[in-house]
Amino acid sequence: MKLSLQEVVKRFGTHTVIDRVSLELDGVHCLALIGPSGGGKSTLLRIIAGLEYPSSGAVALNGRSIEYHDEALLRHRRSIGTVFQAFNLFPHLTAFQNITLPLEKVHGRTKEEARDLAEGTLRRFQLLDHSHKKPAELSGGQRQRVAIARAIAIKPQVVLLDEPTSALDPEMTAEVLELIEELKQEGRDLLLVTHEMGFARRLADRVALLSEGRIAEIGPPEQIFGASQSEVTQGFLRRVLKY
Amino acid sequence: MDYLWRDLILAPGGARGDVSPPTVAKVLNVALALVLLIVLVWVCLVSLHFNWTVVWDYRVDLFKGWVITVEITAVALVLSTLGGFVLALCQRSFVLPLRYFAKVLVEIVRCTPLLVLIYLLWYGLGGALGIGNDWRYIMGVLTVSLFEGAYISEIFRAGIESVGKSQIESARAIGFTRAQTYRYVIIPQAFRQVLPPLVGQLVSLIKDSSLLSVIAIAEFTQSAQQASSTNYDNLETYFALALGYLVLTIPISLWSRWLERRFKYET
Repeated sequence: MKLSLQEVVKRFGTHTVIDRVSLELDGVHCLALIGPSGGGKSTLLRIIAGLEYPSSGAVALNGRSIEYHDEALLRHRRSIGTVFQAFNLFPHLTAFQNITLPLEKVHGRTKEEARDLAEGTLRRFQLLDHSHKKPAELSGGQRQRVAIARAIAIKPQVVLLDEPTSALDPEMTAEVLELIEELKQEGRDLLLVTHEMGFARRLADRVALLSEGRIAEIGPPEQIFGASQSEVTQGFLRRVLKY
Repeated sequence: MDYLWRDLILAPGGARGDVSPPTVAKVLNVALALVLLIVLVWVCLVSLHFNWTVVWDYRVDLFKGWVITVEITAVALVLSTLGGFVLALCQRSFVLPLRYFAKVLVEIVRCTPLLVLIYLLWYGLGGALGIGNDWRYIMGVLTVSLFEGAYISEIFRAGIESVGKSQIESARAIGFTRAQTYRYVIIPQAFRQVLPPLVGQLVSLIKDSSLLSVIAIAEFTQSAQQASSTNYDNLETYFALALGYLVLTIPISLWSRWLERRFKYET
């Protein structure tokens, strides 16, 4: 994945959430955004996902700059997969329908194509037995895995995951993290906001620490978690790794 | 019978009221309420020396009026549901003149008595437009539809708003357009929220249509008034009137309650 951010600013009213963030990445397969709550990680992910307009600045993904107006953003959002913390799935549809609906209605696949794609994805994630269930009948971990299945069934250029395990208990967290790791091994490009430091360390080939709307430090995980030069990073890691 | 008196009179779980009483207790208590009401009616009937010949003599006219009420209600149901839906969408429109026109209209209509609205639209608007007698029914149905539509739009609005923000966010992330978000995400989910109160509103619609009698629309109430005006003995016909409305409204009301319970368990 190629990602370029130029002087990206996001303000909500007078509050600056993202403060002139610039970034040039090339050949990165998994970028992890970590940092304290309110540091701007999720907002940055949402700007890259095309769900939020930056107040100023420019964003380019895989060499194509994202135009922030409705029509272009619709096309952009259709080319990527986004998974949120929770409530991704539509509760009135089964797991299977949750996957086929966007394939048919957004990506113009026929019923048969959508069915094959959905079944294939569900089978790969060992979810085929649950395909007829509504989200309320699934565990939190299964729900999140179906959400990820939906995101990748469209063959997105990048998968964006916004704290995908923050609403789950440890056991379910493990099952979802395993799945994300599989995606990485398949060679899928990921951008991940996470509080799971061990996971970020193992999976990411680049880690960025956001604090107070700025990138405090960015580098390979060995640097961030092993030999950080930044006091912000050291302070943050000391706090989250204490217990 | 293993039931104790206590079980027939007091709900299990006491004042918390979250446990359904046994069926025998329900049936018995509903019967008790009905018996009390029937006794009350009976006392009235005996002491007032009712004479049912007027009702019998006018039975055909009364039945015709009843049928017209059913017809008016059926047409107004469709119109008010469609109108309410459009008004609800307008209230959420990003075109501000549309949004505020809908909001102002709904608020004014909801805060005006239906009787006043009927007079204003028929004698005021109808008079200004110079429309004739042929329009009486159409105008009547439109007035009731507008009135109920304003309430229905609020039901729809609440239903749409009951669909969480996260669902709309999820729909955006997938790449749904606004129309697709409504079609595939909001409306199917709002439907189950909306259906019970919408059916309940149908009960109001049936009852409210009785006010159309004031502009001489020959619906059920008007036909009863016609019948009673011949000899000024109008109480009997009002009993018949109440019965005729209850036959329509009670099943619908029970249906609404049943829907409410069903959808509650499903979610």
